[in-house]
Amino acid sequence: MDSFGEAVQVLLGTIRDVLPIATILLVFQFVILRRALPNPRAIAIGFGYVLIGLSLFLIGLEQALFPIGRLMASQLTSPEILGTSAVVDWRDFGWIYAFAFAIGFSTTIAEPALIAVAIKASELSAGSVSTWGLRIAVAIGVAVGLTLGVLRIIIGAPIHWFIICGYFVVTIQTMFAPRNIIPLAYDSGGVTTSTVTVPIVAALGLGLAEAIPGRNPLIDGFGLIAFASLFPIMAVMTYAQITEYRKNNLDPETNQDNRQSTTAHS
Amino acid sequence: MSWLHRVLGRLSESGRDLLPIILVIAFFQLVVLRQPLPQLGQMIGGLLLVILGLTFFIRGLELGLFPIGESMAHSLARKGSLVWLIVFAFALGFGTTAAEPALIAIAEEASQVAAEAGVIGADNDAMEGYALGLRLTVALAVGCSLVIGVWRILKGWPIHYLIAGGYVIVMIVTAFAPREIIGIAYDSGGVTTSTITVPLVTALGVGLASSIKGRNPVVDGFGLIAFASLTPMIFVMIYGILV
Repeated sequence: MDSFGEAVQVLLGTIRDVLPIATILLVFQFVILRRALPNPRAIAIGFGYVLIGLSLFLIGLEQALFPIGRLMASQLTSPEILGTSAVVDWRDFGWIYAFAFAIGFSTTIAEPALIAVAIKASELSAGSVSTWGLRIAVAIGVAVGLTLGVLRIIIGAPIHWFIICGYFVVTIQTMFAPRNIIPLAYDSGGVTTSTVTVPIVAALGLGLAEAIPGRNPLIDGFGLIAFASLFPIMAVMTYAQITEYRKNNLDPETNQDNRQSTTAHS
Repeated sequence: MSWLHRVLGRLSESGRDLLPIILVIAFFQLVVLRQPLPQLGQMIGGLLLVILGLTFFIRGLELGLFPIGESMAHSLARKGSLVWLIVFAFALGFGTTAAEPALIAIAEEASQVAAEAGVIGADNDAMEGYALGLRLTVALAVGCSLVIGVWRILKGWPIHYLIAGGYVIVMIVTAFAPREIIGIAYDSGGVTTSTITVPLVTALGVGLASSIKGRNPVVDGFGLIAFASLTPMIFVMIYGILV
């Protein structure tokens, strides 16, 4: 009975969450564009599904995704795994780096939004950026980002140093990256963190900040997702630069062409 | 029979998103940790709810939101009324972000941590107010970012100047923001753009860039998401300064 009441409450909250976008679309459709809905029945069913789906997801989130992230953090930092427990030394946390890397890489490789972006990118680069190469590059970017983010929580350094250095690298890379890839690279940062990954990664960071003595969850626990959105930008631009460099070296004629176009740009 | 087949196919699609996570966790549990999992039944039940929920959610988006959102983005982009286009861009960013599941999750988590740390009151009302305030701030930020992004596509400005300018603002605001909000603010940039926002926003950008002469949909159409991941950091830090 109690869980039923909870479910009803979640459903009501969901309706409140979805209401703004539904209202906006309807107002624009009827008042500004002045057109009838093309397929009202399918749209009504669709909104029903969205409400049910979001409610179920949020209930499952509380029961599974958050607890799993926290549990992994606390188990991987337990004394049995670390061996020593007296002093916190960042070199002792090998397994938690491995876990962060593995979670980042595996979830990104399977991310549907990234697959769509990768297909677009290989189209626009006329094949010099391959779909698989890009997916692996972004996955490595997310994995490295999460690993660094976990390292930051363990050593307790302020997040903005890392992020500002990251911005610096991105800005410099932008000057040298092929122009076509730049907007896509910037977009790929936001695309890679999916609905399922976010809660687990967030809970991992918070669990870690709770488990390590001297860390404040509010200050140190957040920030993993920021790392996971920054590093793919670098990874995509690096990948584009490498493929372009290789192509130029293999084919002297395109090399000539490219040089001409760069001079034209500058 | 084919109906059942379709439902199973969709379920396995959502399951595929979860599969890598389950494999990694199972490997670490069985090989590295070798500790009993407490509440295993509850977790498996919860995971099933997550798969089922995502299946319904995405199917519902495909049936309802995406078709009207996309056709609306296209027809507004073609209509040529600047004011309505800007209003629509803002409303789209605000509305989709308010319903974004990952953001709901992070905002609730943040309010719990803030309550435990004593930054806000530990009662339910204060926590809910904090979570809602955070979400509305992010939604406002995404709305504004789409307005800037649409303006950029109309003017044809190169994206990296604006992004670099945004980075500079992030750095300046970081210097003034309270330490407790910085982590949450930086995270909120990546969280905002997932299931609902990305397809609708991309439709708006590409539709707009392809309906303006002299714009390349690939170079000018992408990049809206990048703005939508940048402005929430600035806005949430300002929220942290004000609250």
